[in-house]
Amino acid sequence: MTASVLTRPRTSAAAVPARRPRRRLGPGRAIPFGAVLGPVLLLSLWAIGSAAGWLDTRTLSAPWTVVTTAGELVADGRLQENLAVSAQRAGLGLAIGTAIGTVLALMSGLSRWGEAILDGPVQIKRAIPGVALIPLLVLWLGIGEQMKVITIVLGVFVPVYIHTHNGLRSIDSRYVELGESLRLRPGVFLRRIVLPGALPGFLLGMRFAVVGAWLSLVVVEQINSTSGIGYMMELARQYGQTDVIIVGLVLYGLLGLLSDGAVRLAQRKALSWRRTLAD
Amino acid sequence: MATHPGGLTGTRTVRTRGLRRGFGERTVLDGLDLEIGAGEFTALLGRSGSGKSTLLRALAGLDRDVAGSGVIDVPEKSSVVFQDARLLPWQHVLDNVVLGLSGPDAAQRGRAALAEVGLSGREQAWPHQLSGGEQQRVALARALVSEPDLLLADEPFGALDALTRLRMHDLLRELCRRHRPAVLLVTHDVDEAVTLADRVLVIDQGRITVDTAIDLPEPRSHRQPRFLAYRESLLRSLGVETEG
Repeated sequence: MTASVLTRPRTSAAAVPARRPRRRLGPGRAIPFGAVLGPVLLLSLWAIGSAAGWLDTRTLSAPWTVVTTAGELVADGRLQENLAVSAQRAGLGLAIGTAIGTVLALMSGLSRWGEAILDGPVQIKRAIPGVALIPLLVLWLGIGEQMKVITIVLGVFVPVYIHTHNGLRSIDSRYVELGESLRLRPGVFLRRIVLPGALPGFLLGMRFAVVGAWLSLVVVEQINSTSGIGYMMELARQYGQTDVIIVGLVLYGLLGLLSDGAVRLAQRKALSWRRTLAD
Repeated sequence: MATHPGGLTGTRTVRTRGLRRGFGERTVLDGLDLEIGAGEFTALLGRSGSGKSTLLRALAGLDRDVAGSGVIDVPEKSSVVFQDARLLPWQHVLDNVVLGLSGPDAAQRGRAALAEVGLSGREQAWPHQLSGGEQQRVALARALVSEPDLLLADEPFGALDALTRLRMHDLLRELCRRHRPAVLLVTHDVDEAVTLADRVLVIDQGRITVDTAIDLPEPRSHRQPRFLAYRESLLRSLGVETEG
């Protein structure tokens, strides 16, 4: 009996139709438009809840009210105006923070002295929430643009530093050996081996950084501000306009999603040499 | 078999005197003397742990963190081929080949080197798109594009399948005939050593114990009785008893 079971041909392998073979391990085939599936589901629940009257409009406005409000805000120019101010703050903070994070990571990743001097303070900064620094920054810099941009810079440079530094340090020592055997000049070594080797880490840091920039923006715009999306939302809170608050939230979400998508696109373009589990 | 202290052509490319290397308590190279002539293809055989890779890394200047002493004299222009192809995954094939080159004709020379190893048309491929044998051919092109006086190869075909390895032997012999670098090929494969080299060294406990010139007509093959004689004698010096 057992013998017959053992000698029976394995039909399961032969029965697989001639589709593109799939990896047995790994997450499986990509789902078409998989990225929008979750958000669409969430949106549908919200719409059904509002239409059925389960959601009080004072708690949460209906999706269509939010759309109409957004239209009105665009029509009278308030949305664009505040968005421009916010985008400028976030963009400036992101640019400065990325530059600082990258330079610090290079200094700390390429020299033992750099690491000894820089790594500790950055780790300490990482342990302090950005919000906790605001009182001090307000005392030093007042409540103007400078304070806002610097708060964003402080939120941005840490992830860029951490991931770039980690990327630098995890470059395979075999490639360093290769560089030595080819007698590469330090500049060539940096350009052809170190920087491309650290790029995956840097781009991962950027993904955290872009989202972090918008997060810090929310914090600074809801404190002592007279412009920006955060201010618009804070004002709406005082008048109980949940629809305006939700327009702001959706805007923040979209901005974060779009900027993360932009970095991921850059990632795919810049790291096309990689073969990973997801391919 | 004649011992072979000098080199075929007389001019020396590599010279070491009293080379010592050790890891902690363990002595790996024990006062090793070696000379390799210009254009001489030398194979270095040894059991694992005999110090053959340590010697190659010392000649390549890749052992700065290893304690040791002795005189090393190697040409300025030397190249290394590692056991793994060691291509930068983020650079196209051509950029990998010209990594160590500078000057306006670098790309031109890189293309020519790729053509020599039979990889014309793959200049813009990513390393991961190539087979293991093709990757090692790129590594050979990268090593030879700088026209080195010395080629150091550390079991370069060890990770390849048997068929690919045979093809790589022909290619390496052809390339060396054309460019005439001195070669030190570290291997544990006796057949590979007898097939390719002008001279075979055996290293044991940090010293060179056998130094044999291989005097065989081309093309070399297992069917030549003297091939088998060399093979047997080398195997014996490596501590492997053969039948018959």
